[in-house]
Amino acid sequence: MFGKLSWQSIPWEEPIPLVAASVVLLIGAGVLAWVWRRGYVPYLWREWITSVDHKRIGIMYCIFAMVMLLRGFSDALLMRSQQAMAMGNEGYLPPDHYDQVFTAHGVIMIFFVAMPFMIGLMNFAVPLQLGVRDVAFPTLNNVSFWLTASGALLINISLVVGEFAKTGWVVYPPLSEIRFSPGVGVDYYLWALQISGVGTLLSGVNLVTTILKMRAPGMGYTRMPMFCWTTLATNLLIVAAFPILTATLAMLTLDRYLGFHFFTNELGGNAMMFVNLIWAWGHPEVYILVLPAFGVFSEVVSTFSGKPLFGYRSMIVATMVICLLSFMVWLHHFFTMGAGADVNGFFGVATMIIAVPTGVKVFNWIFTMYGGRIRFTTPMLYSVGFMCSFVIGGMTGVLLAVPPADFVLHNSLFLVAHFHNIVIPAVLFGAFAGYQYWFPKAFGFTLDEKWGKRGFWCWITGFYLAFMPLYILGLQGMTRRLQHYDVPEWQMYLWVAGIGALFIAAGIACQIIQLFVSIRNREALKDTTGDPWDGRSLEWVTTSPPPAFNFAVLPNVQGEEAYWSVKAEAKEKGELSKRPKYEAFEMPRNSPTGIVTAFFSTAIGFALIWHIWWLAIVGFFGAWATFVVFAWRDETEYEVSAEEARRLDDERRRAKAAMVGLPQDQIA
Amino acid sequence: MSAAPAHSRPGGDPHNLGHGDVPISERGPAPKRIVVAYGFWIFLLSDFILFSGFFAAYAVLAKETAGGPAGRDIFDLPLVAWETAFLLLSSFACGMAAIATTAKSVRWFQVSMAVTALFGAAFLACELYEFVHLIGEGNGPSRSAFLSAFFALVGCHGLHVTLGMLWLTTMMAQVWAKGFRDDIVRRIACFALFWHALDIIWVALFTVVYLLGSAA
Repeated sequence: MFGKLSWQSIPWEEPIPLVAASVVLLIGAGVLAWVWRRGYVPYLWREWITSVDHKRIGIMYCIFAMVMLLRGFSDALLMRSQQAMAMGNEGYLPPDHYDQVFTAHGVIMIFFVAMPFMIGLMNFAVPLQLGVRDVAFPTLNNVSFWLTASGALLINISLVVGEFAKTGWVVYPPLSEIRFSPGVGVDYYLWALQISGVGTLLSGVNLVTTILKMRAPGMGYTRMPMFCWTTLATNLLIVAAFPILTATLAMLTLDRYLGFHFFTNELGGNAMMFVNLIWAWGHPEVYILVLPAFGVFSEVVSTFSGKPLFGYRSMIVATMVICLLSFMVWLHHFFTMGAGADVNGFFGVATMIIAVPTGVKVFNWIFTMYGGRIRFTTPMLYSVGFMCSFVIGGMTGVLLAVPPADFVLHNSLFLVAHFHNIVIPAVLFGAFAGYQYWFPKAFGFTLDEKWGKRGFWCWITGFYLAFMPLYILGLQGMTRRLQHYDVPEWQMYLWVAGIGALFIAAGIACQIIQLFVSIRNREALKDTTGDPWDGRSLEWVTTSPPPAFNFAVLPNVQGEEAYWSVKAEAKEKGELSKRPKYEAFEMPRNSPTGIVTAFFSTAIGFALIWHIWWLAIVGFFGAWATFVVFAWRDETEYEVSAEEARRLDDERRRAKAAMVGLPQDQIA
Repeated sequence: MSAAPAHSRPGGDPHNLGHGDVPISERGPAPKRIVVAYGFWIFLLSDFILFSGFFAAYAVLAKETAGGPAGRDIFDLPLVAWETAFLLLSSFACGMAAIATTAKSVRWFQVSMAVTALFGAAFLACELYEFVHLIGEGNGPSRSAFLSAFFALVGCHGLHVTLGMLWLTTMMAQVWAKGFRDDIVRRIACFALFWHALDIIWVALFTVVYLLGSAA
């Protein structure tokens, strides 16, 4: 009836996961009770959970990523404290648990923090920047979000029901095969990633279609803001790379469930094929994460330097070259496989070539700042912090791309330091910069600068303290994923790294305080203009927060920096652009399809992990029935009348008139 | 400033293939029909990449028979010829269903879709027979890496056909209940793309797995 699931599946004798899970459950129950008591449930259901508005979905992605960041970061604290202690002793985390912690840390940070944060920002900003009312497939967008959440839910369930994978975040076979990992840990990994992977793929399809087919009149390709370009590149990579992950994980699943021999040691299986396949996805994945961050930095640097982005077209070329090259370097993740000098040489050189377009980007940002009137706001601090730190990470990357050097440094802490040096300053700082930058657009008030800057300084200090020692440790020969060690010289560096983690904890605390302080002072921080940063692209044309339909009339784009030119003209002529002709239009209705599908897919995932076959079948037909019910709807859209559009646009025009200092009668 | 996309112009160029005063990239959002089909094409491309993963695995493992049978020992080419015929005929019928949709003929739509389903089912029956037969002879996917890759690749295509059948019957029910509503017509177009795409995969599969496998 319940497959492999039994009362013993809950780790009663291990206090840490039990306590952690009870805390999570208590907080979750507390939040739910509070929401219920305040009567917010219908509002949340109507306006958020079932929303097909790209802005709301984007915000939900970002909130989700921030919550998961807390989970992933607590795993990091566990690892740092374990390694700081475990010199010549066992520390406090048993190996069995430590292995789950480092696996969960990697999986959560990549799939459920970095990915959703970036997808959230893209979802929120891209349709606004393109001057359109929504993405190409609004309901599908909601489904994507809830499928991602469903995958994360499965991973969090693994904390108390059963176990998580103990194999590292890319589950190399033969270790991940059923013979060596007989538990459910790898199965949790496989199904969680398959389900959220479908969500990611669908968002990729959605955003590619949006950018290529849904742009405001006049918004040609070489007029799109840089963030739209990097989003396009990212989502092309998602569409091209995620199916490889799906196929690879499906093969491992067949090995584990049905006795296939793709990657086993017996009967011709080939474990190195898995390593090749997973990195054929995994390396583009790195760029899927970092390209949108590059886009955010481009917007932020240009806005806060008060200048157009330097070398806009070279930036586009660099982005697309990175997009292409990202598929040609996967082998550098395993030079030690023994592919031979020629193959390693080819991939080493290909890897180093990526430094060229990346260098173009860095110089373009620097030249954008050069001669500009720079405002050091929090997002700008994150951008400058990124540029300084990322260059170090890039250099160590080029070092690792040299095969002989890699033979020495492979799987050492030098590697760990290198990729954290990319992922934290580039991806995470990019996410934070984007969060600070677009927050006023999303909620109508800016974030508190004082706490924002404190957060930044804690983060960057913590980052250097936590990861620079790891470079040294790697050079001293410390390998990654060590639960304990017996080299006394290492311990001091690991203590420094641990202190760095505490600084990062302080940074996160500052960010939480910042959010609370800003909400409390929201009246004082209110953005009445819709353009708090003196922005240059179309998201700043509309009000903060924008109406559900973004634009009463789609803007007519005349050149690069669509909003800047209109703003400059209004200031020069002393009048706003001519009032457009308002027409009624249709907007998509909200739909619970996403959350219901996610409910069934969670059931399917859980059932397959525990071999509860009947539940899997029920879940499948439930999901199918959900789609049929959705397809049977008769009313899919609602109409926004011309008067409503006009009324909201009047408000916007009044705000803009006040902003550029025009008399209020101007708007009539 | 107009929300209405300027996409259709009079004259001999109904699709405005890049001609006209305004470049095609600056004419505003495309009509829904285009957006939906375009998005579905992108999805299909991603599906092709999924298959290419399985093809790559098959290419790597094709010689890894672990002392078991190789392709030429187990492939039954006449059966595969029948499968191919069924699938291609099914695609032809699917094309007829698309024509019936354009002609707004519910009856011919239903007939064509039923024929599509029938040939699809015949294809699946052949494949099921092949699989059951192989497993019965002890040549199941657990026998060798070659057979694992074979069952996974062919089975992945079969799974697509099966899901396509579910979609197909759902579309028949939907047209029966709702008629040719705009959104339903768009879905029919997507289904047709999907069904034809499975043919493309099958052609590659037929060549790489069965023909090359039998020759080697």
